[in-house]
Amino acid sequence: MEKACYKKHIITVLVENKPGALARIVELFTARGYNIESLNVGETEDKTLSRLTLVVCGDEKVIEQIVKQLRKLIDVVKVRDLTGKPCLDRELLIVRVNVDTKDKKDEAKRLSEIFGAQIVDVSHDEYTLELTGDEAQLDAFIELIKPLGIVEMARTGRVAMLRSLYGKTFD
Amino acid sequence: MPKMSGAEIFVRALELEGVKHIFGYPGGAVLDIYDKLKFSDIDHILVRHEQAAAMAADAYARVTGKVGVCLATSGPGATNLVTGLAVAHMDSIPVVAFTGQVPTYMIGNDAFQEVDTTGITRPISKYNFLVKKIDELADTIKKAFYLARSGRPGVVVVDLPKDVIREITEFFDKEYKNKKVEIRGYKPNLKGHIGQIKKAAKELVLSAKPVLYVGGGVIASEAWDEVRELSELLNIPVTTTLMALGAIPYDHPNYLYMLGMHGSYAANMAITECDLLFAVGARFDDRVTGKLEEFAPYATVVHIDVDPAEIGKNKKVDIPIVGDAKLVLRELIKEVKKLLKKYPETQEIRKKWLKATQRWKEMYPFYYEPSDRVIKPQYVVEKLSELTNGEAIITTEVGQNQMWAAQFYRLKKPRHFLSSGGLGAMGYGFPAAIGAQVAKPEATVIDIAGDGSIQMNIQELATAVQYNLPVKIAILNNGFLGMVRQWQGMFYDKNYSNVCLSVQPDFVKLAESYGAVGLRAEKPEEVEEVIKEALSIKDKPVVMDFICDREEDVLPFVPPGMALKDMVLPKYKKKKAIKKVV
Repeated sequence: MEKACYKKHIITVLVENKPGALARIVELFTARGYNIESLNVGETEDKTLSRLTLVVCGDEKVIEQIVKQLRKLIDVVKVRDLTGKPCLDRELLIVRVNVDTKDKKDEAKRLSEIFGAQIVDVSHDEYTLELTGDEAQLDAFIELIKPLGIVEMARTGRVAMLRSLYGKTFD
Repeated sequence: MPKMSGAEIFVRALELEGVKHIFGYPGGAVLDIYDKLKFSDIDHILVRHEQAAAMAADAYARVTGKVGVCLATSGPGATNLVTGLAVAHMDSIPVVAFTGQVPTYMIGNDAFQEVDTTGITRPISKYNFLVKKIDELADTIKKAFYLARSGRPGVVVVDLPKDVIREITEFFDKEYKNKKVEIRGYKPNLKGHIGQIKKAAKELVLSAKPVLYVGGGVIASEAWDEVRELSELLNIPVTTTLMALGAIPYDHPNYLYMLGMHGSYAANMAITECDLLFAVGARFDDRVTGKLEEFAPYATVVHIDVDPAEIGKNKKVDIPIVGDAKLVLRELIKEVKKLLKKYPETQEIRKKWLKATQRWKEMYPFYYEPSDRVIKPQYVVEKLSELTNGEAIITTEVGQNQMWAAQFYRLKKPRHFLSSGGLGAMGYGFPAAIGAQVAKPEATVIDIAGDGSIQMNIQELATAVQYNLPVKIAILNNGFLGMVRQWQGMFYDKNYSNVCLSVQPDFVKLAESYGAVGLRAEKPEEVEEVIKEALSIKDKPVVMDFICDREEDVLPFVPPGMALKDMVLPKYKKKKAIKKVV
């Protein structure tokens, strides 16, 4: 076991949508020995930019270095550490659970209703559930449906964005 | 409308960038470029191994301050460049490397001589490009040069697929020249925050025991005059890293020589005792700091660096200043002058401190036990220094030769000491000497080498002979991989494992077989004569084989993981007591 993780930080990165740009970021983490908890990449309102949301662990010194090293990359346009700032933070979960008895089917439906999950696919003895929420919600949901028997599971990793007030972001 | 092929655009763009020399080696993927290069004003230096092309380009950049350029073919050509590029990357030297690549439609097919060049060079470059369309070529070249030379300088690799350089498009000189490079994620901050500069100036003026710790950034930004001015203005002792040797003349009274693992007693003690550590363009490398916790333990730390990521990376910094060393120091000196009027009395305290450090310098200089029986390697370096008046361009290999060169060559000027500091790549010195000699045909260029490292790029004798480069190679021949032997001697009970180079070429005959001159000295009294003869030769390379004391150690020595103050000193003949001077 590695020693307990330090505080988690959510770092968002706006990066040029170019070949090699993502590789540089990922390689930076391996080359300098930083850990990535989760990594999400997607388009933004600007086609030439991608947004990465990284969840990383480390003490203050490590996080400061991560941010500086990311900023140093030529393709990186903006880096923000959202930790401790008012932000929206969501993750998507898709999970296939075993529901081979009526009790299990009821329990799956009940939990989905409570958490606001959707049943997006149904077969004879399996439901596929979809849930969006923050990390803690997803963790709790997974914990509760575990007894039913999880067949397969996928999480997107977190995406996050600063909240705004009167069109200004809290930065 | 001027339509040009990719290869023609390549050559023209380089001409417009002011490139005069390229170091390279041809191959299948770059045939079109070589076809056009032959008619260009750019001189191509044909090396004998691509690694030497990268190293020569690196040295060319170190000597001139301009971007060095190298060129290699795809696959093995590109992989052979790698060590040389890593040297430049670690030492922040502006180099643009062009590599051939298989045609775009074959990329990813494991084609003949295909390798993922951008993938391989990503961690050892500031940036790299794979040019996929002819329309991007000129822009990419422009960007490559801009990125290499601006901000914290570095390596940029441009990978050129064969079909792209064969395609045709429009190219206008004027358009190329006038184009401004805009990269939204890249805006180096050069000016430095005035508030921080004022803070640092005040700390300096009020300090009692400051030290200027000067690194390669001072060479990159050509801030040596400012460093000297600041030192003289406030009576501050100066120490330099290996990368900044020559930033202040060896004989300057305020200069405490190099610091670190093989640094001087005076420099290491000054660092240990100082109350203000003023770091400029230096990165607190482990070979400099020793045990980090005991590096300048009592000091307030000011750090000027153009790269924000260097600040606070290793050592906690109290006053960070992000900016170009020259610009920041200029502002700082202005502030210091103002403050000095307010606090003139502080000068006296610093004068005392400076004197104390100077006394350390006198008491414990770089030292070796002279001998009239066997050639001491340090003696060879001293003689080289004396006979060239400290004005030669010195390149070094890596290991003992490098440290003795740094300790005993009395450098007068910056950009005259070229050494692989960060990477520590053996085999650097000779190709570097070639690059330096190409850049400065009139200069005396000496590679201070070991018998191990010179053999890593010995094939370049052919290059030096071909271009009539009167490079001097001084082999401090001890028949050992000396630095490794020294460590095995000190930390592995003298268990000399695989460090004895018992089989060795006859370096004199080897030189002669290439058409160079070979000279040998076996006794101390022959050293001077050999050097004089070598210096008189102006049209071909000279190899000087100095048969040296086999088990001489480099001292002082800070054992790895130890504090600077715990350095092992040489055995001085006349022991003088270390007085507590401050």
